[in-house]
Amino acid sequence: MRPQMTPRGVRASDPALRGRLRADKAFMGGMLAISMIAVLPLVLILLFIIIRGASSINWQFLTELPKPMGEAGGGISNAIVGTVILIIVASVISMPLGILSGIFLSESGKSGLGRVTRLSVETLMGVPSIVIGIVAYVWVVRPMGHFSALSGGVALAMIMLPVITLSTEETLLLIPMSLREAALALGVSYPRTVLKVILPAGASGVITGALLGVARAAGETAPLLFTSFGSPYMVLDILKPMASLPQTIYFYATSPYPAWQTLAWGASFVLLVLVLVLNLLTKLVTSRWKTQF
Amino acid sequence: MTQSIESKGGRLPIARASDSAFRALLFFGGIVVSVLLVAILLSLVLSSRPALVANGFRFLTGTEWDPVTNSFHALPFVFGTLITSLLALVIATVLALALSILMGEYFRTGVFASLMRTAVELLAGIPSIVYGFIGLFFLVPVVRAVEIAIGVTPFGVGILTSSILLAFMILPYSASIGREMLSLVPTDLKEAALSLGATRSEMVWKVSLPFARSGILGGVFLSLGRALGETMAVTMVIGNANTMTLNLFSPGNTMASLIANEFSEATTPVYLASLIEIALLLFIISTVINIIGKVVINRMVGAA
Amino acid sequence: MKVSRLFLAATLILALGGVVFAESYEFVGAGATFPAPLYTKMFDEYSKLTGVKVNYQAIGSGGGQAQLKGRTVDFGATDVIMTAKNLADSPAPIVHIPAVAGAVVLVSNLPGNPQLRFTGDVIADVFLGKIKKWNDARITGINPGVRLPDLSITVVHRSDGSGTTGVFSDYLSKVSDEWKTKVGSGTSLDWPAGVGGKGNPGVAGLVKQLPGSFGYVELIYAMQNNIPYALIQNKAGNWMKASLETTTTAANVPVPEDVTMLSLTNTDAPQGYPISTFTWLILFKEQHYGNNQKAKSEALVKMIWWMTHEGQKYAEPLSYATLPAPVVKKAEAILKSITWDGQPLMSGM
Repeated sequence: MRPQMTPRGVRASDPALRGRLRADKAFMGGMLAISMIAVLPLVLILLFIIIRGASSINWQFLTELPKPMGEAGGGISNAIVGTVILIIVASVISMPLGILSGIFLSESGKSGLGRVTRLSVETLMGVPSIVIGIVAYVWVVRPMGHFSALSGGVALAMIMLPVITLSTEETLLLIPMSLREAALALGVSYPRTVLKVILPAGASGVITGALLGVARAAGETAPLLFTSFGSPYMVLDILKPMASLPQTIYFYATSPYPAWQTLAWGASFVLLVLVLVLNLLTKLVTSRWKTQF
Repeated sequence: MTQSIESKGGRLPIARASDSAFRALLFFGGIVVSVLLVAILLSLVLSSRPALVANGFRFLTGTEWDPVTNSFHALPFVFGTLITSLLALVIATVLALALSILMGEYFRTGVFASLMRTAVELLAGIPSIVYGFIGLFFLVPVVRAVEIAIGVTPFGVGILTSSILLAFMILPYSASIGREMLSLVPTDLKEAALSLGATRSEMVWKVSLPFARSGILGGVFLSLGRALGETMAVTMVIGNANTMTLNLFSPGNTMASLIANEFSEATTPVYLASLIEIALLLFIISTVINIIGKVVINRMVGAA
Repeated sequence: MKVSRLFLAATLILALGGVVFAESYEFVGAGATFPAPLYTKMFDEYSKLTGVKVNYQAIGSGGGQAQLKGRTVDFGATDVIMTAKNLADSPAPIVHIPAVAGAVVLVSNLPGNPQLRFTGDVIADVFLGKIKKWNDARITGINPGVRLPDLSITVVHRSDGSGTTGVFSDYLSKVSDEWKTKVGSGTSLDWPAGVGGKGNPGVAGLVKQLPGSFGYVELIYAMQNNIPYALIQNKAGNWMKASLETTTTAANVPVPEDVTMLSLTNTDAPQGYPISTFTWLILFKEQHYGNNQKAKSEALVKMIWWMTHEGQKYAEPLSYATLPAPVVKKAEAILKSITWDGQPLMSGM
């Protein structure tokens, strides 16, 4: 019995076929349902943080320092500044190294050393951030004799490095050989070719790599627990311990004081906004600046 | 490019010098990450040496973690790490596969598709600590209510709670790998099935999934690697009890949360070194799993 | 040109002036959560008085001890005296200065928030996991008139290295031989049962949310969070409620020559609360190490002197017991014994 094609779809009179079509619909329904289970709860909670967190954002929250235990009020100004400073330190260390290794991988990725490098980069990407924190403790905190934002920055740099490398490489690989060959054929030296022709063409990838790396590092808590340590004060000296948004959230969220928990909601909101803005910027950069070939 | 440029006046030494200097710089860029990785491994080994010596092989098989008597053994934490990660993996794989199939097959374009894609990307960006906070305030009371309904001790925190939280955290990553692997299925293969009369779901079930099977498996390994290292969210909801039990409702402890809790307080050198030994163990386990995942995926990508 | 040079000079002078006249020292301390509400209040007030800033991170007594030994902080805070073994592998001798006294209370989460009574051995058996239900005969026996539900007891202890744990387990070791042999006392224990919370705040938080839970926290955490705490029977047989008065009574005991030998748990005082304790500030006896400067170490010692004298007035509003006079005398003696290059630091003050 040939199934009839009607404007409303396939109508079948054969029961076996009908069964299969039903199963097909059920399958799609099932996939949809499971996907909703996957996505909906978290989106709802995201909205909740936005609502709860946004309500605790006021001028006092953004500009004041936290109060002693149990007292009401206070703010997270030191945590915001701390996160910014930590990111700057981490970027200064990781960006040059990341771009360099990204260029290397795009140029010599197929060679023996290139394959080893790629394996190392991907391995580093997968190292648990708490292990990186311990390494930064051993390398920086111990010799220095005290906690510091510098050690926190070093830990975050190690986390950002593979992200920047891979993003740089990915974009540079998209640049066709013809561009390279044209420059070289015109007599441009090899270093000049890479720095003045290839890299600017792949600038969007470098920038997105940096933004993604920052987004990842900004939310890391574990490596900061025993490196930058935290502080109730506004600290600008990177050789001293410093507060940071994720640490503030951790400390205040697990406390029983309602005043501190409010701070944690607000800090979560600020951190979330920061990360989302960075991700949005990444998209913007890619769509606007990515050179199409 | 290794030849110098011959001009009427002879070679251009300046170009050559900057050439090789630049190459050296790139070479440096090439090895810096590898050197870093080796340095990390060496540091971990050297710093944990007092513990490696003191604990010996019993470290991996014993169950006692007693800082009072300096008796340190890793098994409860390896167990906790594996059970939470594996359970999270099972939950996440089901959810991620559904997402990948939905976005790869049924809703590839359109408003709904981009909405879903944005949602998943948003979820990928949420920091671990925020997940932990959410878990503490939403998931724990829900699990607690379930436990009260079942009649189990209403901890709220515990292995099941952390596994669920962990599953949602690795979900975006799993879903993106799944989508990528499914997109590698050759269209002519899919169309062949459809033209032979298969329904959409039959095509997915009988053609796409089997074809992408090894890639998906690789993705599973990579997601496992990601789950193993997750620290903050798990620390906040696992209950911090050094027990080894299959009772999902009881609290437990993982390698990462043990380190997070106790590192800044290790009062004796052996205690600190033992914690670093746990970090070393974690490093090795997650690296091995990640490499297996990468190898499996590369084989799938190479074959496609 | 002259204007810009003038500007540069002015900036340099200002900067130099800032360096020269910047008397505001910054100290980094770490340790016990037990006295943290009081310390943070004291540091806040002290910085208003003198401009000295203290970054105190409450990571637990174990953390305070470890970080001081590792010389990553200027001072530590611990509720229990460091063990002999711990002191032995420290790079240099460490002194303990008593700062204030407080009480460890047993908090619970039961419907109706009844006022409960406990004896030491019953507490020990609950934490050993031997008594599992709230309506166990041994608990109902000492709580006549209280309706106890058929609910499992969820023990809540510390997940981090804690002086509060140290004091609590010290008390349990005194009242229960089984606890003494099976678990012992210390800052990090191999707990036979229960869930772990981070810091006093973590335990308070867990107990507040977990029905049927039973944990131990410093008094102020129970009070600030409105969590009911039990009456404990002391050595003299009296049912004591932890308070400013009962803790002060427990603290008013003859002070031995070595003040660190003084343990207040299971006190003999008839009206004293049995789980009271002093809490200590720890620093290196010889302050000339690392990048320390004499003036800075002097400022540190001066601050601790203030904490044991004028600072004590902030204790009572937060329900901590002030140091009794003989203990303050001992504190003074210890502070005077702190040296710089072998010479007592305080002699010049």
